[in-house]
Amino acid sequence: MFPAPFTYHRATSVSEALSLLQQHADTGKVLAGGHSLLPIMKLRLAQPEHIIDISGIDELRSISFGADSVTIGALVTHRELATNNELAEAVPLIQQMARVVGDQQVRNLGTIGGALAHADPAADYPAGMLALDVTVLATGPNGDREIPIVEFFQGFLTTALEPDELLTGIRIPTLPAGAGSAYEKLPNPASGYATVGVAAVAVKADDGSIADLRVGITGASDVAWRATVVEEALKGTSPDEAAIKAAAAQATDGVEMLDDKHGPADYRARVTRNLVRRAIARAIA
Amino acid sequence: MSPSTISVTATVNGTQHTVDVEPRTLLLHMIRESLGLTGTHTGCETGQCGACTVLLDGKAVKSCMVLAAQVEGRTVTTIEGLAESSDNLHPLQNAFWEEHGLQCGYCTPGMVLSTLALLRDNPHPDEAEIRHALEGNICRCTGYHNIVNAVKAASERLSAEDLAEVPSTVEV
Repeated sequence: MFPAPFTYHRATSVSEALSLLQQHADTGKVLAGGHSLLPIMKLRLAQPEHIIDISGIDELRSISFGADSVTIGALVTHRELATNNELAEAVPLIQQMARVVGDQQVRNLGTIGGALAHADPAADYPAGMLALDVTVLATGPNGDREIPIVEFFQGFLTTALEPDELLTGIRIPTLPAGAGSAYEKLPNPASGYATVGVAAVAVKADDGSIADLRVGITGASDVAWRATVVEEALKGTSPDEAAIKAAAAQATDGVEMLDDKHGPADYRARVTRNLVRRAIARAIA
Repeated sequence: MSPSTISVTATVNGTQHTVDVEPRTLLLHMIRESLGLTGTHTGCETGQCGACTVLLDGKAVKSCMVLAAQVEGRTVTTIEGLAESSDNLHPLQNAFWEEHGLQCGYCTPGMVLSTLALLRDNPHPDEAEIRHALEGNICRCTGYHNIVNAVKAASERLSAEDLAEVPSTVEV
């Protein structure tokens, strides 16, 4: 299985990548770890005439810890996210997700920037990125742009990135003390992709009630979403198991579930409601 | 579009090679066809089965999911880089042999290289860690039990020197 022929460009800096992208915005694609792009090129679902390889750009490979946020470069691999102890302490949810992405070989090469830009509806990260309320960092001919994650995922394999923009990283706001998080996933037994994946981030007030709650859901629909109805139902309360279950029952209201050979819509909806319940229970435990 | 070629220089099993390939050439095909190292097996070619696993700068990767162009200046280890000769197998290969960790053998080169990468990270993995590390390598014969046994046996036997071993030079 070969991709269709293309011209290969190796970018060694962000500015070089941007100028290549401007020259080839209509017919070019950015290559990082290759684990999202190469499969669809082999299937000829994508036939870019120009490949702009950014995998050698060192400036996109860092994780930096600020006073109120953590910034992760686009080329940081799933392996690094799964094994970086400082990151695991600052944002444990990232490690939980990174450990279940693909397999050892995929985690060694696949990057967070590539995974987000590809926007596979069954990828793990979208759920957690929504729950963590991250900001996507992009740069283009008109300079840098910050995209709130709730505006980033627009549909099946579709994001808010412009064709001549490069995703350079994400910024994760540091959670306050007393915050908890969890990722619950039902993997497809063959592919390991999320049939449904649910991430929850909860912040508790001094009295033990839920001060803030964010729930992100991936895999169940053609685009990841925030279960705001569930969040609003539980905020300000100290829910018991039954109250969490009642709120979680609304997680799929108004959302069109995927309906395919990996699971009918009704099955996906029931799995989603159950994983929402479990993720919230773990996040507030 | 003309299939113009590009030049790629990489160190494979300790020897530096320069090859001319089409930009769309996968590392798998560069290894098998340009270098003639057919121990790296072509499996699903969709990144799922792991039969084509090699080490890239010491980390296990599926060579059907990497462009040859992306290994410029980097180091590749294939199964041919492990043993000095067929009479003197790497201890990891001996462990697979002795524990009967294979039947048809098609997945074995990938299994061995994924295991080497695992044991370098974690010299004494438990069963769950072994199975997690080998999720990217599919075997349709063994049912995995003997593979897990082979990895356990290897982890008890391999010295730090075996794990750190610089790949031997292979004549191609």
